[in-house]
Formats: sequence, structure tokens, C-alpha cells
Amino acid sequence: MAIAETRIYMPGAPRPRLRLLEDERWLAFVLLVPTLALLGMFIAYPFVRGILLSVTNARVGVPGEFVGLANFYKIFNDGIFRTSVYNTFVYTGVTTVFKLALGLWLAMLLNRNFRGKAFTRAFILLPFIIPTVLSTFAWKWMFDPTFSVLNWLLYHLGLITGRINWLGDPDLAMISIIIVNIWRGVPFFAISLLAGLQTISPELSEAAAIDGAKPLQRFWYITWPLLLPVTMVVVLFSVIQTFADFQIVYVMTGGGPANATHLFATYAYQIGIGTGILSEGAAISLAMFPVLFLVVIIQLLYIRRVEVR
Amino acid sequence: MGQVVLKGINKFYDSVHAVKDVNLQIRDKEFVVFVGPSGCGKTTTLRMIAGLEAISSGAISIDGNVINELAPMDRDIAMVFQNYALYPHMSVYDNMAFGLKMRKFERSEIEKRVREAADILGIGELLKRKPRQLSGGQRQRVALGRAIVRHPRVFLFDEPLSNLDAKLRVQMRVELKKLHLRLGTTAIYVTHDQVEAMTLGDRVVVMKDGVVQQVGEPLELYNQPANKFVAGFIGSPAMNFAAVTVSEANGSLIAENAGLRIKLPEETAQRLRGHIGHEVTLGVRPEDLTVAGTADLDHPCFDGVIEVVEQLGSEILLDMKVGQGVMVASVEPSVRVKVRDKLRVAMRPSRLHVFDAKTEAAI
Repeated sequence: MAIAETRIYMPGAPRPRLRLLEDERWLAFVLLVPTLALLGMFIAYPFVRGILLSVTNARVGVPGEFVGLANFYKIFNDGIFRTSVYNTFVYTGVTTVFKLALGLWLAMLLNRNFRGKAFTRAFILLPFIIPTVLSTFAWKWMFDPTFSVLNWLLYHLGLITGRINWLGDPDLAMISIIIVNIWRGVPFFAISLLAGLQTISPELSEAAAIDGAKPLQRFWYITWPLLLPVTMVVVLFSVIQTFADFQIVYVMTGGGPANATHLFATYAYQIGIGTGILSEGAAISLAMFPVLFLVVIIQLLYIRRVEVR
Repeated sequence: MGQVVLKGINKFYDSVHAVKDVNLQIRDKEFVVFVGPSGCGKTTTLRMIAGLEAISSGAISIDGNVINELAPMDRDIAMVFQNYALYPHMSVYDNMAFGLKMRKFERSEIEKRVREAADILGIGELLKRKPRQLSGGQRQRVALGRAIVRHPRVFLFDEPLSNLDAKLRVQMRVELKKLHLRLGTTAIYVTHDQVEAMTLGDRVVVMKDGVVQQVGEPLELYNQPANKFVAGFIGSPAMNFAAVTVSEANGSLIAENAGLRIKLPEETAQRLRGHIGHEVTLGVRPEDLTVAGTADLDHPCFDGVIEVVEQLGSEILLDMKVGQGVMVASVEPSVRVKVRDKLRVAMRPSRLHVFDAKTEAAI
């Protein structure tokens, strides 16, 4: 009784502040404010500022004037920019295929019962947890022409006779950063797909086995279609991340040798911050936007379709 | 044909001995039910027959061929799972057709068989739907359909009705029975529900702790339980038990404990001659107890105090305190009694069960 009584307030003594919040529209607004502030400050503002910069000729210390689409015209005629566009697509495409294949394979292995399962699952995540810059520095040493442990290994296995200049050759440098990205990204695929696999009842596979499906058929007809929604989300998320990747290339090659490994992000950084031509850097960054926008649209449409089903 | 023979079947999980030396001959066209509390090894035994679980020792054969090493798909069996295990991304038609497609049947033959099964089960209208658009009962039918289309030698059922509500369960039980009569395929059925076991099974296998307790026809289990466990497990409400000491007085045998003293009828007494001075467990089913009237004067009787009256309409269940123990009697709905009434109850003399106090085996 005592509890109930404290909740009744007297008719003569209204509580205006509380009453305002009892209106759902106001309450909704108040609850949204923190999110709006954060999104506005860290996403909307920089985005708009980037667009504004890209149509000026601003440099560090120079506010700049409106120049229309001149920056875009310039970068589309820039050979290095075109290389970095090509690189970004290759980098994203190749790494995603490998990350998906290896991640799926790992997820299927981890989905089995074995001793030390929990420990292994946690261990697998390590590449993903270590700060990228630190692990990439370690990789840089492994690819170092003089101190390379990879060269040492290949040499002692008798596979090579001279040193391989991993980061000094344009193609090998590209392959190197792709390897590092795959190494870093596989855990994310593996753990996400493992979570997806665990939602699939083992009874389905047993039913299919009794129905006469061989292991590969069980994967193809049962596991894969049921895992597809999770796979789609993971792949799209990874594509967005990889497309805008910066750290690995910046640390490993800095975009070299001879600008051969630049991606959108690293080239935008080099032009915008390195050389101080803010406007052109902004234009390069924005050139990524249409592709990412398309990916996001596909993702949203797909998620909605899955939800409707 | 579909004759299944289990010979000395054992299953070990590390140090746990889950199934112990099961021997069983299942005849062609027979409906055999494995029943027991959870963890008794009944599902494990079924899964070993299906090939989903390795056999630790012993041999399982179908129609004379040992199938221990055969993959599930090569055993010519079909299984219905507790959670249906329908493929959620496939239509009802594709769910039912999947097994035939995997076995490379002609398209026309697949179509024919699926339609046939759908007609039998009354799900012809649902073939284009996805499993999530179906009710529990409909899903159950699809799961059955998936098993039927294959025309296997043996059906395996793993608690197929336990996810349905009580009413639907009774309905599906009847349909399963009809289906079996119609198809005549050997069926092995696992359940923890003794009513399902009694109503469906041509023979029932009662299991406990991995050991087969008794194999028999339903009424055989009910009337002549091999031990106290079977006696208590089969029948609802469960059989009443009382620990009593056997003594002899004036040439007849008396069974008594702190609150109970009954003169044993001649046929029971004969079996207990060797147990004079020893403790045994007396068992009597609630339905074999009646309110003592003048006609029952020579029947063994005892007095009890009514603690709970459960009106079921067709019968009344009386929970009575008898000495230190509790007995349940199922009496005619016309009996007028209330809580705390003192009541004299008679036992049907021919329906008394006696079990060894130590081994729990029937005497």
C-alpha cells in the first residue's frame, strides 16, 4: 500500500516538466537528441564540409574560392588517381573473395566439437583485436627486403635463391598488402559466419543426411542458403571497410613504390594533408562516395527483403 | 520388408555408458515404441539405428544385413524429428521432394509420390508454402510426408508429437496409427509419454538408465509389469506403492506397516510364502481401489483420510493419507466424499502387485 500511495500526486500540484515528457512526441525528440548531436558533429558536418572543400581551391592556410568541378576534372585526368581507383577495386575484390572463402572454411571447422573449442575461437580473433597499425608494422618487418622472415623461410625451404623485394616491386607490394588485409579480415568473417552457422539447427543436416545428401550437397542445398543472409551482411560490411581502407597501405608502403599501391584513402590523404591541397584531397575522398552509396543501398534493400520474408 | 534386429547394442560417451546391452527383434510391419524418462537412452538407440550416432559395440541389422558401417542414406530408413527439421528455405513440395531428388528419381515420379503423400496427409493445398507459414500440426504433417515419399523399409520417429498442444497431439496420435495401418511400414517410435506408447505401440520397450526394463504388448506391461519401475511408469495416475512386512497369522499371510494391515488374498499369498518376515513392496493401481461396500467384505481393505479430491468428470481421484504414506484411488463419479473424510477402501484381490524390496523385480 505504501508504495502505491507515493505514486499518486495531488491534483493541485502538477509537475510541468514530467508532464511535457509524458507527451510521446517530446519524449521521442529528447531521446533522439544525443544521437542527432553525435551524428551531426562527426558525420554530417565533416561530410558537408568535405563537399564544400571539394568545389574550392583551398589549401592549408588558404581559404580558397569557388572553382566548380575543376578539382574533379583534374583528378579524373590524373594517372595516379586512376591507378588508385583500379587498385581499390582489385584490393577490395581479391581480399573479399579470400576473406569469405577462408572465413567460411574456418567457421565450419570451428563449428565442430573438439577439445579447446572455446579457447580456439577466442584465439582466432587475435588479428582482428590487435591495433591494425601495430600488426601492420610487424608485417612490414616480415616483408622487409633484408630482414624478411618470409625470405629466410623460403630460402631455407629451397624455394628461392635470391631475396624477394616484397615491398619494392609494384605487383609484389600489392600482393603483400592484400595478404595483410586478408590476414586481418578473416577473423571477422570467421566469427560472424560461425555465429550464423550456430543458428542453423544440426537436425537439418541430419535430416538431409538421411534424405541422401552427401556432405557437399548438404552444404550447398542446406547450409549455404541458410547462411546467405548473414554472409550478405558480412560481405557488404567488409566491402565498405576495405574500400575505404587506409592504415595497412599507409604503414606498409605509403602508397609506393612509385605510387603503385595507392588506394582512394591513402591518395586523398597524400594530396590533401601531405601536399596540403585540401580541396583536391576532398574531391578524391568524395569520388569514393558513389560506390559506397551503391553498396549501402544494396545492403539496405537486401536487409529489408530478409525482414519482410 | 523391414525387420530390425539389435544385438548387444552399447553406447559410450567418454565414461558415460548411455545404452547398455540392448537386444531386440523388431518384426516386419511392427510398430515398436521406446518409452522412458529423459536420459534413459531411447533417443540414442534410435539415432544409432538411423546412423546419426556411432555404435560403440553390438550389431544392428535390417532384413539380415548388418548396417553398423552404412551411412544414414544407405540404410533405407526415414526419420521424423522432434522439431520437424523442415528445410526453412524450401517450399513444402521441395521439402518432401528433397530426398527423392538426392536419390535422382525421375521428375514425374517425384511429383507423383509427393502428390500421393500430400493427399494422404491432407496437405495438398500447402505445397507452395514455406514451413514458417504453417502451423505446428501442418509442419508435423510435412515432416511425415517427407518420410513417406521415400517408401523406406523403416520409419524412425523421435518424439514427433511433443511440440504439439495436448489436443492436437491426441489427434495426430490417431492419424499416425491410421497411417501405420495403411502403409504397413515398420516403425520405431521414441517418446517419454506413456499414453502415446500404450496407444501407438504393437509392442512397447520400456527403458531406464540405458537398460531395457521390459518389452511387451501394452496390456502386458500394464497387467504384468516386470518390475517396480515399469509398474510406476505405465499407467496414469501412477501405481500406489507401500513398503510392507510379510508375516503369518492363523495360516494366512498378513502384509503390514505402520498404518496398513491387510490380509493377503490366497493367490498373492502363494507367491510370498518364501518372503515371510521380509520386507516387500506392495503395488496397487488407483483404478483397482474401490470404496469398500458390503460386497467387498472378504477383500483386503484399509482405512485412509482424504486429503485432496480431484474431480475429473468421468472419475474422481482421491489422494488419501494411509498411515505414513499416500495412496491415490480412482473412484466412481457418483461417490460423495469431501476432504478430511475417513474412508474404508478395498483392493481388487486379483490386482495386487508385489515387488522385491531390494531388486524391485516383480514377485
